[in-house]
Amino acid sequence: MSAAEETPGTPSRPARTARPATDRLAPPLDLAALVADPDTRIIVCCGSGGVGKTTTSAALALAAAEAGRRVVVLTIDPARRLAQSLGLVELDNEPRPVDVPGVPGELHAMMLDMKRTFDDIVVAHSTAERAEQILENPFYQTLSSSFAGTQEYMAMEKLGQLRAGDEWDLIVVDTPPSRSALDFLDAPNRMSRFLDGTMIRLLTAPARAGGRAGFKFASAGFMIFTRIISKILGGQLLRDISAFVAALDTMFGGFRERATATYELLRKPGTWFVVVATPEPDALREASYFVDRLSAEGMPLAGLVLNRTHPPASTTLSATRAEAAAEAVDDGDAVAALAAGVLRVHAERMTLATREQRLADRFTSAHPEVAIRTVPAAAGDVHDLDGLRTMGEALTGADDDTPTGVPRARVLPARRA
Amino acid sequence: MSPQPLPVRCHVVTGKGGTGKTTVAAALALALAAEGHTVLLVECEGRQGIAQLFDTPPLPYEERRVAVTRNGGELRALAIDVEEALLEYLEMFYNLRRAGRALRKMGAVDFATTIAPGLRDVLITGKIKEAVTRRKDGRPVYDAVVVDAPPTGRITRFLNVTGEMAGLARSGPIKTQSDGVMAVLRSPQTAVHLVTLLEDMPVQETADAIAELTAVGLPVGSVVVNMATEPVLPSASLARAAEGRLTGADLAPGLTAAGLPGDGALADALAAEAVEHARRWAAQDALRTRVEALGRPTVELPLLTAPIDLGCLFELAGRLEDHLGAEVAA
Repeated sequence: MSAAEETPGTPSRPARTARPATDRLAPPLDLAALVADPDTRIIVCCGSGGVGKTTTSAALALAAAEAGRRVVVLTIDPARRLAQSLGLVELDNEPRPVDVPGVPGELHAMMLDMKRTFDDIVVAHSTAERAEQILENPFYQTLSSSFAGTQEYMAMEKLGQLRAGDEWDLIVVDTPPSRSALDFLDAPNRMSRFLDGTMIRLLTAPARAGGRAGFKFASAGFMIFTRIISKILGGQLLRDISAFVAALDTMFGGFRERATATYELLRKPGTWFVVVATPEPDALREASYFVDRLSAEGMPLAGLVLNRTHPPASTTLSATRAEAAAEAVDDGDAVAALAAGVLRVHAERMTLATREQRLADRFTSAHPEVAIRTVPAAAGDVHDLDGLRTMGEALTGADDDTPTGVPRARVLPARRA
Repeated sequence: MSPQPLPVRCHVVTGKGGTGKTTVAAALALALAAEGHTVLLVECEGRQGIAQLFDTPPLPYEERRVAVTRNGGELRALAIDVEEALLEYLEMFYNLRRAGRALRKMGAVDFATTIAPGLRDVLITGKIKEAVTRRKDGRPVYDAVVVDAPPTGRITRFLNVTGEMAGLARSGPIKTQSDGVMAVLRSPQTAVHLVTLLEDMPVQETADAIAELTAVGLPVGSVVVNMATEPVLPSASLARAAEGRLTGADLAPGLTAAGLPGDGALADALAAEAVEHARRWAAQDALRTRVEALGRPTVELPLLTAPIDLGCLFELAGRLEDHLGAEVAA
């Protein structure tokens, strides 16, 4: 194997191979038009954990405010310093204005308080006395603060509330930090399935039929179940669950309806999904699942933000040539050592960019219709308004406005025939 | 001849998502298995990450050999399935295996572990404790157990089972069970290691996790800095580049000597890349100081450019072995 063949992305074989002579190009993603369009009312940023969804959401919201719109960004779990820079010092579950000097629109931000959102639903859907019973129930407290999926469900609930108020030109939603991007779409259903499920119905049976007589509906298996639960966890938990379920009984319909209504909202015109991924196999695999899922659900996808890419400052010198030049010049004196070092920095950068572009190309072969925007990695974390503005420019700037002229849909230039 | 007993027998590996904790856990398990030890690597989040790393079919709820090391050492792996663990538990304490199966069909097991997430953790940590304390013919079956644990954000709740279950079970077998688990986890034979990258958020989360773990009396082990890189620029030029005082003109003579155009766009572009590289390096170095300030034994693992395979794991294991050796000597 020759050295050239080892370098990814270097076409070294004759054109007779199966490799296409030209790259299939991903369409550019025009986020500037998307955030400025008065018909865009909701933007949902999703992707797997750690890809920069929160900063992307905040940067898009800031860009929309700069385009003159009245925007609210709903963040789920922002990093402390970013939260501070958005003025989110206290978690009060209501949008607060962010002071951005010289912006024609308005930027508001809020951080989701999932327990409080859940409490609000309970209060809204029952009598004061009932609500108090539920809120004080230890089982409810577990459910509302640690049930897997409560966060996603409450994020959607909050989105529904913000949209229903019709007070905002645009709502940008950051989705909860879960391993799988699909959790956001699945959680509300899982939650209502749970509250509607066999076990809950068995537990409610006594309450519904009144007293012990209700147990005739329960199977022998259920009796064993209650026995085991009492044995392992103690009888108190079971009593808490029964009391909770009895108090909640009237709200079941409400829960289901709300979950369905919010889910439908995501399908309505004016809602757009932006999938965020880093140029890593795992993150792009998740993005790919999510794109498939959106298309199966008939939900509108704006495109993919490929975050934290490493485009080189020059694309005219390949990694192989830079490496060879570094080797040729490195003879020990300081000037040569510096040149060799700089050439090696470039070779590393080209190799990394080539890898990133190859991963992006793979995504595009599977999803040729999905528009892409790359966002170069910042030197440090984005944690203030200036950082968000820089990121906003990378997200919304003109597609070909880069130092190397490489379109922002790509990391490296496309191969030509 | 049996190998030397290991001072720490239960290694819990956590880290922020994306820091490579599964890889580090696997490498640590290999390092411990060297010199003829038998080690169990445990996965508890159902991701089958271990199977991927060792290139084996998905792991069942069963201890399977995934690698052998020198001097007859052996690494086994186990993916804990919460439902299976609950059934095993019911059988062990109540002789209820058949009833348990029936309950599973009804969705009751899923229900029980869903409504009480703490119950999940008790079952998983209970299984870990069982593996750590299991004995055969008068000696431990495993010289060490390494846990690929939940991420830093959840680790304290995951390990602090008695605290988490206190609200749900004040007495009874679950209480006894969690007390037994805590006794092992709080003992000096346990160490919780934290994997981080030289980036703001992971370092911050590591600091937070150390404070939380310490507050509930769980023993903190080493900090593993993963995917560390070396600067490519000569050290003499690094500081100047980080200050942005490196220009295309500085590079001209060297580039010309290398047969490249020394003036113009290329030299400027290379200078700009070098400045960015140096700044990134400076930012990493600042974080390295913050990691040192955490006051824990620290080991750095290099960024591997190739996809992780068994060879890479052994390479990382070698570094961890040196670190463990130094720890024991200290």
